[in-house]
Amino acid sequence: MDKNESKPFDAKERLKIKRHEMSSQPSEERRRNFKEVPYGYSPEEAVEEAKRCIRCKKPYCIEGCPVNINIPAFIKLIEDGDFLGAAKKIKETNSLPAICGRVCPQEDQCEKVCIIGKRKDTPSVAIGNLERFAADYEAEHGNVHIEIKTEKDKKIAVVGGGPAGLTVAGDLRKMGYSVSIFEALHQIGGVLMYGIPEFRLPKDILMRELNVLKDMGVKVFTNAVIGKTITVDELLEERGYDAVFIGTGAGTPKFLNIPGEELNGIYSSNEFLTRVNLMRAYDKSEYDTPIKIGKMLVVFGAGNTAMDSVRTGLRLGYDDARVFYRRSRKEMTARLEEVHHAEEEGIKFEFLINPVRFIGNESQNVTAVECLRMELGDPDESGRRKPVPIKGSEFTISIDAAVIAIGTNANPIVPNSTPGMDLNKWGHIIVDENTEKTTKKGVFAGGDISTGAATVILAMGAGKKAVVAINEYLETGIW
Amino acid sequence: MYEIVVKKSLGEGVNLYGIYAPDIASKVLPGQFVILRVSDKGERVPITVANADKKEKTITIMVQTLGKTTHMLSELNKGDSLSDVVGPLGVPTEIEKFGTVVCIGGGFGIAAVYPIAKALRDLGNNVISIIGARSKNLLLMENEMRSASSEILIATNDGSYGTKGIVTDVLRRLIYEDNLPINRVVAIGPVIMMKAVSDLTRERHIKTMVSLNPIMIDGTGMCGACRVLVDNKIKFACVDGPDFDGHLVDFDNLMSRLKFYKEEEKASYECHMKEHHNKV
Ligand SMILES: Cc1cc2nc3c(=O)[nH]c(=O)nc-3n(C[C@H](O)[C@H](O)[C@H](O)COP(=O)(O)OP(=O)(O)OC[C@H]3O[C@@H](n4cnc5c(N)ncnc54)[C@H](O)[C@@H]3O)c2cc1C
Ligand code: FES
Repeated sequence: MDKNESKPFDAKERLKIKRHEMSSQPSEERRRNFKEVPYGYSPEEAVEEAKRCIRCKKPYCIEGCPVNINIPAFIKLIEDGDFLGAAKKIKETNSLPAICGRVCPQEDQCEKVCIIGKRKDTPSVAIGNLERFAADYEAEHGNVHIEIKTEKDKKIAVVGGGPAGLTVAGDLRKMGYSVSIFEALHQIGGVLMYGIPEFRLPKDILMRELNVLKDMGVKVFTNAVIGKTITVDELLEERGYDAVFIGTGAGTPKFLNIPGEELNGIYSSNEFLTRVNLMRAYDKSEYDTPIKIGKMLVVFGAGNTAMDSVRTGLRLGYDDARVFYRRSRKEMTARLEEVHHAEEEGIKFEFLINPVRFIGNESQNVTAVECLRMELGDPDESGRRKPVPIKGSEFTISIDAAVIAIGTNANPIVPNSTPGMDLNKWGHIIVDENTEKTTKKGVFAGGDISTGAATVILAMGAGKKAVVAINEYLETGIW
Repeated sequence: MYEIVVKKSLGEGVNLYGIYAPDIASKVLPGQFVILRVSDKGERVPITVANADKKEKTITIMVQTLGKTTHMLSELNKGDSLSDVVGPLGVPTEIEKFGTVVCIGGGFGIAAVYPIAKALRDLGNNVISIIGARSKNLLLMENEMRSASSEILIATNDGSYGTKGIVTDVLRRLIYEDNLPINRVVAIGPVIMMKAVSDLTRERHIKTMVSLNPIMIDGTGMCGACRVLVDNKIKFACVDGPDFDGHLVDFDNLMSRLKFYKEEEKASYECHMKEHHNKV
């Protein structure tokens, strides 16, 4: 028991407190706007939720977190009312808590192993919500300026401004290194900027975090496609960088490879979301990039990207936006909360359906899709039961647009222009698991470009490992 | 920011811009393009690079005022800057010693075909150029093209200069009347022109490279907006192209994809012009 406690610590009492869900925009309203869905906790709600943590002797939640945030410690600080202290505690290991609190799949990580959640009738502590609360509180009330104490004379180039690159840039800069981010697009942020929609991750919040980096003195070069504008070798040999970190992300969208996919109105999820998020097509009065709106939108896939696309479609004004998935509900990979939110908003999910061809009109605009129904057969190499088509189950449905959200392949621009850096058979950069070193001296890589499409926190975790190894390499010169 | 260091009117709503972009100028090769944004709320538009000056660190582009973005660009002057210019993008055009190469540029395509003709000529090819426009005063870069070719042939729709007709009329004569042995054709211009050229050379099996200009967003292979059908397979023009074998390209699909946002573009242009005229 904690000696400083005024009240005796009673785990049993704590178990009686109900989990606080964040209040959120009513579904009828939010399905037609782009504002953030959950409002966040009030300080009182946060303190009450924090009281649910029983401070396990062996906190599994820390292990469940890919960057090992000291979760019980920050939750205790919230309970004590020291919200700024809580944010600081989280930032010891995670520099982007406002983002992770919003987009991490907590139900597969910290909250999955939370002891309280393991009991039958008590859901886990809402760790993600508390993380978001602490981070937002700090942004509003705290001083997020970070002083760089000692300047070091080594330079690092970070290729790609997604979560992996941002983590590397921020952490190395804090150590005093000179850091430059080279980003292909006109804005940094990676998927956080162009993929994840406003209603899930408001761009103001992202900009807040990006401004902290700039304030620290991280240099940002946008419109720099490494491999085209400048090569990795040129960064090392001509531009005086002592190390390069590659965090260029998952890359290039997969298509279904079925007839008719070239028709107008069929988008990759990357295109659909980039038009709306990065290019702000939903704000027609201010921004120039167009997007079409129609009656029926079908999204193929079942990950976060599919959820974001279908919910975006609804908000743009499609009358009906649906998800078609070739496996069953159990195999969906999206965050649970997003699936719930989508269903609340009136999005229909249809399972065990596979598209076979798209049909278009004389203007080559898509008008329908022909699909087959599937059933689950034997497990495939991923261990999931493989969907097999049911003979004669073809059906056709009228659509105005389709979004294909079935994953990505590695983008070859950096690999192809970087001799001496080995790739695996999928084209992902091979790295040492512990150090994120590639097979090329001075070059590190991490995030989706080495793992394939994964998560924000795993990309950040890879960045963390790289930071340790880059620092060591630059101090010792030993590869 | 990317400063405009030269701006020249080439007549009839066509402008030449020299833009300060050191990294691009030092790298760009014939056939490559850039994507630019005029303002920080603007769309991303791909434009072929017509020339680069490594010493001055500038690239030259030629742009016809068509919609809102190009109109906003036309309102900028020397000393003003563009929000974003990224490149060089795409695979450079294959430049080898082929023998006799016919380089065809239609309208704006002349600006794109010029650096290719020049590079082919520099490598010792016999470059015969055919350039065409609606009318004499719309013909771009005649002198440059002349210096990059062993022979230059001109076509105008209204007959105000050179042959009356279109570039394919001239090409047909070269192939079918003059029986000129041609090792390769490079054709850049309106989609309909590239299609007609490819149809013409197909029968004689003359390898014909065309440069495709679909709608693009990132230009790095991330979005797939730029996909085109080549040999019935999906290709991304921004990273697999923009050059493709004209005999394998589905031009009709490209044309329909280019038209997809026409209504939206028109509305945005009209709205912009209304605001613009109210201001002026
Ligand atoms: C729509 C969508 C929703 C998602 N939702 C979630 C979620 O809720 N929770 C979650 O944990 N994960 C989610 N993910 C996955 C997560 O976003 C990624 O795993 C994560 O962003 C990977 O980070 P990264 O830094 O490796 O790459 P990215 O975020 O992809 O960033 C890579 C950056 O590199 C730039 N780049 C690429 N090539 C070059 C080059 N040649 N030169 C310079 N720059 C280059 C890109 O433009 C980009 O900015 C989602 C993904 C998508 C697409
Ligand atoms: S423009 Fe996005 S992939 Fe080509």
